[in-house]
Amino acid sequence: MTRRFILGTVAHRLAILVYIIFALFPLYWLLKVSVTPNDLLYSEGVRMWPSRAGLEHYIFVLEHSDFPKFFKNSVIVSASTAFIVTILASLAGYALSRFTFRGKYWIVVLMLLTQMFPLVMLVAPIFKMLSPLGLTNSLGGLILVYVAFNVPFATFLMQSFFDGIPKDLEEAAMIDGATRFRAFRQIILPLTLPGIAATLGFVFTAAWSELLFALMLISGADASTFPVGLLSFVSKFSVDFGQMMAAGVMALIPACLFFLLIQRYLVQGLTAGAVKG
Amino acid sequence: MASIDITDIRKNYGAIPVLHGVDLTIRDGEFVVLVGPSGCGKSTLLRMIAGLEDITAGEIQIGGIRVNDLQPKDRDIAMVFQSYALYPHMTVAGNMSYSLRLRRAAKQVIAGKVASAAAILGLDTLLERRPRALSGGQRQRVAMGRAIVRAPKAFLFDEPLSNLDARLRETMRGEIKRLHQSLGATSIYVTHDQIEAMTLADRIVAMNAGLVQQVGSPLDLYDRPANLFVAGFIGSPAMNMLGGTYRAADAAFVAHDNSVVPLGRAYGCADGAAVTLGIRPEHVVVGGAGGHVTAPVDLVEPTGFGTILHLRALGTDLKAFTLERKTAQVGETTSVALPPDRLHLFDAAGSRLS
Ligand SMILES: Nc1ncnc2c1ncn2[C@@H]1O[C@H](COP(=O)(O)OP(=O)(O)O)[C@@H](O)[C@H]1O
Ligand SMILES: [Mg+2]
Repeated sequence: MTRRFILGTVAHRLAILVYIIFALFPLYWLLKVSVTPNDLLYSEGVRMWPSRAGLEHYIFVLEHSDFPKFFKNSVIVSASTAFIVTILASLAGYALSRFTFRGKYWIVVLMLLTQMFPLVMLVAPIFKMLSPLGLTNSLGGLILVYVAFNVPFATFLMQSFFDGIPKDLEEAAMIDGATRFRAFRQIILPLTLPGIAATLGFVFTAAWSELLFALMLISGADASTFPVGLLSFVSKFSVDFGQMMAAGVMALIPACLFFLLIQRYLVQGLTAGAVKG
Repeated sequence: MASIDITDIRKNYGAIPVLHGVDLTIRDGEFVVLVGPSGCGKSTLLRMIAGLEDITAGEIQIGGIRVNDLQPKDRDIAMVFQSYALYPHMTVAGNMSYSLRLRRAAKQVIAGKVASAAAILGLDTLLERRPRALSGGQRQRVAMGRAIVRAPKAFLFDEPLSNLDARLRETMRGEIKRLHQSLGATSIYVTHDQIEAMTLADRIVAMNAGLVQQVGSPLDLYDRPANLFVAGFIGSPAMNMLGGTYRAADAAFVAHDNSVVPLGRAYGCADGAAVTLGIRPEHVVVGGAGGHVTAPVDLVEPTGFGTILHLRALGTDLKAFTLERKTAQVGETTSVALPPDRLHLFDAAGSRLS
């Protein structure tokens, strides 16, 4: 325990603290504004907490806006996207990790290629494709687009998790009498739960906060998702900051719940003891 | 139990050939050890028998049935992996019973088989543990247990002991042999360790560079190695190999330094042909009367069990192994005899001469 060591530890902790404050302060501000009554919003100057706090923005958003509908749409779109992508990415990632097949290289190149275009470039052609199919202005169309854009990255993510699981395990299962698919289901998937949780979480949050496609493919409140809905608090003449922030705070809830649900799988180390000693 | 017939098996990885045509018959209940240096294709051959690798050409039969196109699950074999490959999310009992559960065996049957396998392997008290809470030796036993709860047509072992420390390896080696004696199961055991091969095998298959070099009982390979590879691979310390020529006139070997070793009998070989003379260190006679040459002692390595002497003789570093402890000192000169009935002669291509 030298002086240098202590100083280093203190500096390290301080740096982490500064980072956490930097990262969480906007969230705090969101919360603060959401409970500030309108008459205090501009009159009190910059304060860490308003002299009078209330939930009126929340009540207004829940009772007099389309927010509950946006919220429901977003949950449907994000959850569906997350589940579909994770299933597809698990299967594709497993194939990339375990099999050699004709055209594998080109499939990987193609998947990487899709990740290289700025999405803005693709909005117009995608709109043109979906429109005659009746998939604009529908949650299904949005899910389809989100799935398409999230599968490549999620596949690479899942592949890296499968790569970390020894091939011996499913070979042992196959010799024990399992088909390859059963070995995948009963031996490999349970060991990939952390990876699946990470992929679910990643895709869910990506879909939850997506704005560009949601804005371009959907018109009208019926199929709007939450990020688009937030924009409705911006009117021509003013911005309803209090209501917007209240909606924002509520939008955090599902994401938080979701991560709370999967966090125990995010802890790695389940494969310990599989091989060697 | 079943026999295994392997006919002209070949394997290419892409364009690279790894096995160049292997023929082998393993009799019902036999314990066969595939031995050879790392990378010679032992695991590949074993995995082809298990159904984990495609067969490029040739045929494999298990119990008289062609299995080339059967899935591993339909071949009814059990395998113990070098890495053990235990299912980390299952208990010891779960690991051992997985194959039985896949076959939808009745609960009591499963419990009975797991219990008796656990008793044989001394795993009774560990059945509810997860693999990560086991030592290396215990994991190894679980891997064995997973194989013996079934009564498969054959057991395949891929270097099952090489992750254990030397002491444990010796113990487990004995247990595997005892297990085979009681179960009498057809077994193919892959190892790069010639001691394991010698001690375990009914028959050894020595492999090198994708080819079978010799098939025979352990003592066959030890006493009559078919070629230089087998001669050098089997036995420790390794056989001495001396370069020189064959002299037909008096049936003698002439070393590079022109010293002469009488061979005791004529060999089927042209006069003056380049040959290699082999003699195991334990057969070199040091001191005593009737030595062929005198040689200075270069190095003395006591092993406790005996002593390895390095002698400068016959133009090379000749090793001699004796059980005696009080032997020559470094720098001393001693007489060396190579008994003719202990000599092995190989032609320029490395094949044994008779
Ligand atoms: N999947 C593979 N792709 C390409 N080459 C391989 C593969 N598996 C093994 N090999 C090659 O085949 C040869 C034999 O390998 P292996 O059977 O594992 O050897 P051993 O078990 O005798 O050490 C080695 O040269 C190895 O590099
Ligand atoms: Mg191997």
